[in-house]
Amino acid sequence: MSILVYIEHAEGKVKKTSLEAVSFANKLAAQTGEGDVIAVALGTVDSAELASVGKAGAAKVLHADDSRLTDGVIQAHASAVAQAFTAIGTKTLVLAKSSLGDAVAARLAIKLNAGLVSNVVELPNTSNGYVVKRSIYTGKAFAETTITTDNKILAVKKNAVDLKTDGGDAIVEKLSVNLSDSDFASKIITTERATGEILLPEADIVVSGGRGLKGPENWGMIEDLAKTLGAATGCSKPVSDIGWRPHHEHVGQTGVKVAPTLYVAVGISGAIQHLAGVNSSKCIVVINKDPEAPFFKAADYGIVGDAFEVIPKLTEALKAEL
Amino acid sequence: MKILVCITHVPDTTSKIQFTANNTKFDTAGVQFIIGPYDDYALARAVELRDQTGGTLTAINVGEVETEPTLRKSLAIGADDAIRVNSFPKDSFFVAKQIAHYAKEGGYDLILMGRESIDFNGGMVHGMVGELLGMPSFSPVMKLEVEGTTVKMAREIEGGKEMLEAKLPLIAGCQEPIAEWKIPNMRGIMSARTKPLKVVEPVTDETQAAASSYQLPPAKGSVKLIDKDNVAELVKLLKNEAKVL
Ligand SMILES: Cc1cc2nc3c(=O)[nH]c(=O)nc-3n(C[C@H](O)[C@H](O)[C@H](O)COP(=O)(O)OP(=O)(O)OC[C@H]3O[C@@H](n4cnc5c(N)ncnc54)[C@H](O)[C@@H]3O)c2cc1C
Repeated sequence: MSILVYIEHAEGKVKKTSLEAVSFANKLAAQTGEGDVIAVALGTVDSAELASVGKAGAAKVLHADDSRLTDGVIQAHASAVAQAFTAIGTKTLVLAKSSLGDAVAARLAIKLNAGLVSNVVELPNTSNGYVVKRSIYTGKAFAETTITTDNKILAVKKNAVDLKTDGGDAIVEKLSVNLSDSDFASKIITTERATGEILLPEADIVVSGGRGLKGPENWGMIEDLAKTLGAATGCSKPVSDIGWRPHHEHVGQTGVKVAPTLYVAVGISGAIQHLAGVNSSKCIVVINKDPEAPFFKAADYGIVGDAFEVIPKLTEALKAEL
Repeated sequence: MKILVCITHVPDTTSKIQFTANNTKFDTAGVQFIIGPYDDYALARAVELRDQTGGTLTAINVGEVETEPTLRKSLAIGADDAIRVNSFPKDSFFVAKQIAHYAKEGGYDLILMGRESIDFNGGMVHGMVGELLGMPSFSPVMKLEVEGTTVKMAREIEGGKEMLEAKLPLIAGCQEPIAEWKIPNMRGIMSARTKPLKVVEPVTDETQAAASSYQLPPAKGSVKLIDKDNVAELVKLLKNEAKVL
């Protein structure tokens, strides 16, 4: 039996988080003896791009090449993935936690009568039952959950496993799905997406700015630093509330939860609600002029100093080194 | 329009998270409970929509008796009546089954809730209820306008948003900036005491993925401070010690 992975793509590229989900499924299949990994991709996307999903460990990619599915219409995606699940006769679906993935997974849990665990942080323990470790309390704790149904869905958090890159090409096969008008009853009118930028929820390095930066006109140095590091930019909640930065950059309890290898916080005090969004980072660097800023307690490295002096110097030093 | 808003009863965002009973129970000692911040956005928008379009607003919570003050607070903020499904919320599936049942019974046109609870962060209940009721579901929704039976929404996606149009009835998991959090006023608090709060029993006991034990992450080591005039040192440490560059 195979494991099915629902993969997402944007602007012609399969998302890195989806490749991580494929890598996760590949390891899971080896652990449980479930056989190979089959991915399902929906909407218009290049076959060569889909074949490259094999690098992450998929043997095959089922492609429902229906242009109506290129946008993430939640109901239609859930119907199509359910059909793929039944068609290959699997019991396990893996996907990356994301805006669309979460919405689709929840509907699939009911459609497939499948126990669903979200925010999965490592491979399940299948030695006695099916115990899945998930992150809870916004990264402040973990829970072990036991799935009791035959069918299972795992929505995997970023960095749950290392990305596999050494597989061969996957076979790409057409998948025909039956979709009704009601699957498309809701319409996506327009999509606005920051193009050419590294997306915050998927970034390996994040540089965030807080109210300490005084105004939107000072974000140039944050962007320079981010560009030098190949990082996405983020911000604290008040910064997006006042409109200095767009809402999708807001990191924290009520915003985006990030899990990069490196998180650089500039002029952010480190309120507990901000920390809740960054506590899954591997390494945290804090730059703040106040030595008492609570963020230093959560940091691996810190510089006590004025961001307006430190950041340009840091960018220069990085440019020299990288 | 009949609106249902789903309310979670969760630890305040500043709470220290600890467990008891051999790591099988959340330790409530010294913890203050609040309306989930995302549910608070959903509630605020629901109150605005009820006031705009007329109709009624019901708040529902799946929880044991200690959640009643939280449910009363949603009445104080503006819900007309409340339902408490008398049970510990065992998992997302269990909660979705209860909400779907009582939502169907009440015949609601619009069901709003937070994008996720801040205790288990599942973000799954809206989609499950949607599928159980055969209604479309959307999340995370950051803007929601109702014009007749048409609903215009903005849904956040990675790095941006999409603008959507759908028909009532539907379900939305909400987040900011859909509305501003509302603080109850004195009149609201007084009237909340006498607004109806109905206690009902769960319709099923079924679960699919309940938690059995909890863990805290390993404690963080202390910060290494680098002099502000020696930023090159930081670059070296990131490269050679942390190995993150
Ligand atoms: C329910 C709830 C949910 C919340 N959710 C979130 C959330 O998701 N994300 C979030 O971020 N917040 C959230 N908050 C808000 C949070 O409590 C803080 O208010 C917020 O994070 C503070 O943002 P800040 O650090 O940018 O600003 P401030 O607290 O004002 O801190 C600014 C910092 O900049 C430093 N600084 C000033 N000038 C300089 C300089 N020249 N160089 C270097 N440093 C400088 C200061 O020392 C200070 O530490 C939430 C609050 C609540 C109640």
